[in-house]
Amino acid sequence: MGAIQELELQLNELLEKKFEERVQGGDAVEPRDWMPENYRKHLVRQISQHAHSEVIGMQPEGNWITRAPSLRAKQILLAKIQDEGGHGLYLYSAAETLGISRDEMIAQLHSGKAKYSNIFNYPALTWADIGAIGWLVDGAAIVNQVSLQRTSYGPYSRAMVRICKEESFHQRQGYEIMAQMMKGTADQKEMAQDAMNRWWWPALMMFGPHDTESPHAGDAFRWKIKRHTNDELRQKFIDKTVQQAEVIGLTVPDPDLKWNEAAGHYDHGEINWEEFRNVINGDGPCNKQRLDHHKKVHAEGEWVRVAAAAYHAKKANKN
Amino acid sequence: MADQNNLFKYLLRLGDNALVLSHRLSEWCSRAPLIEEDLALTNFSLDMIGRAQALLKYAGEVEGKGRTEDDLAYKRAERQFYNHLVMELPNGDFAFTMARQLLVSAFECLLFEALSNSKDETIAAIAAKTLKEVKYHRAHAEDWVIRLGDGTEESYQRMQHAVNALWMYTGELFEADEVDAELIREGIAVDQNSLRPQWQEYIGQVLTEAKLQVPADGYMQTGSRKGIHTEHLGHILSEMQYLQRAYPDATW
Repeated sequence: MGAIQELELQLNELLEKKFEERVQGGDAVEPRDWMPENYRKHLVRQISQHAHSEVIGMQPEGNWITRAPSLRAKQILLAKIQDEGGHGLYLYSAAETLGISRDEMIAQLHSGKAKYSNIFNYPALTWADIGAIGWLVDGAAIVNQVSLQRTSYGPYSRAMVRICKEESFHQRQGYEIMAQMMKGTADQKEMAQDAMNRWWWPALMMFGPHDTESPHAGDAFRWKIKRHTNDELRQKFIDKTVQQAEVIGLTVPDPDLKWNEAAGHYDHGEINWEEFRNVINGDGPCNKQRLDHHKKVHAEGEWVRVAAAAYHAKKANKN
Repeated sequence: MADQNNLFKYLLRLGDNALVLSHRLSEWCSRAPLIEEDLALTNFSLDMIGRAQALLKYAGEVEGKGRTEDDLAYKRAERQFYNHLVMELPNGDFAFTMARQLLVSAFECLLFEALSNSKDETIAAIAAKTLKEVKYHRAHAEDWVIRLGDGTEESYQRMQHAVNALWMYTGELFEADEVDAELIREGIAVDQNSLRPQWQEYIGQVLTEAKLQVPADGYMQTGSRKGIHTEHLGHILSEMQYLQRAYPDATW
């Protein structure tokens, strides 16, 4: 090994040691700071997945905008979906600070290299699904995102603070739809319970595999990217949501669910991990539809992006 | 005092324009060429839903039969809608949507500026608020029409095609019938035909800057003032009104 390479190696080790110390001390990592390559990779994967989830998540709810049952309901739903597009934008920007472009991230989404949240591979079939998505899906997302407000990477943490403020409004609107339907006609109640039955388990799967099965967790905890385990977050979500369901008369579709006095938590039945793995690996009801839609829209918009760039190039040449 | 029936009809025209175009713009959600544009188009849609709410609510009050803004939006049939035909045309490509937005917003800037002096205080207040919004819609559409007209050969072709296809729907914006005439006499409505020269001048300037041809005025579509629409409106309503029609006893 040459002398220069050896020096580089030593320097890297030193930098890595300093980095770990800083993160342990609770310092935020900023874009210009030195960081280990694996830290950067982990964050690019996580933030871009988060950004793609916001953007793909516009589809199932977008499916109901033109059929929203009142002007107010349409306004609220449209504003909510718009927020999600905005979250996608902040998160793409946060990931860009790590040296990847939006175009690259979109290419990775299209090739299947980058993922998005599994939950959006389920269909939004009735208006009650709009309630269930807001209440359960956004509710689960908030639990996760509140925890990420203290994540070690500065731009990601700041994006989360902003996003959390808007997500709590989303969850309330979803809950309001469900509550309204549970006060309504027999048809409406049936629709609400049916949506609950279909969305409950996929919502629990949003927190990912059990802690014992979570492949990326070790580094993420040491680097303080992740602050709570999957199972801790899932439990938190279950505990707050079961009570909300009871208040409006919805039944949680889990016969094993019961209050555990000693633990101070609800015990729940086993999650269908086979379904979870199948959907993650592409075999879910809407995987192909969601990705095809994104690809189609992206391809159809190509001429617009090219024209805008050509126009700006012309103007820049003139000045 | 104005004939309440004329005022009711006039408010439906204004409200339906906002309602139907907001519906078309909302269809862009998750379909725009850039996320930034997804947000902009749905933002315009949100402005218009708010405008439709205010106008249809007032229309219901003027009618005096206890109908709410939702009753008017969700429980009228095709022949009882009075929006301009241009609002209900399918979105087409991004060029078509932006060209329509320019033609419509340019008209609406002039209309709502004039209506902000209406003798009807409610209309004047809604118009003043709307004017701020439509100025922004116009500026955004103007930017895109120029960028696309003067962008690439393909974008130029698409934009010129859009402007040509839309042109025959612009005459209707300036029409007036006996309802307008009565309300103009009372200082409530605006003589829309008087807005035409300014509209033409502005549109001519933008299209010229965009390197586009201004189409010649030929055959112009008409009908909305009598509730005669294109075939497209019925499809919008069957989608928009589906839940209200399928579950008439439900509140949402």
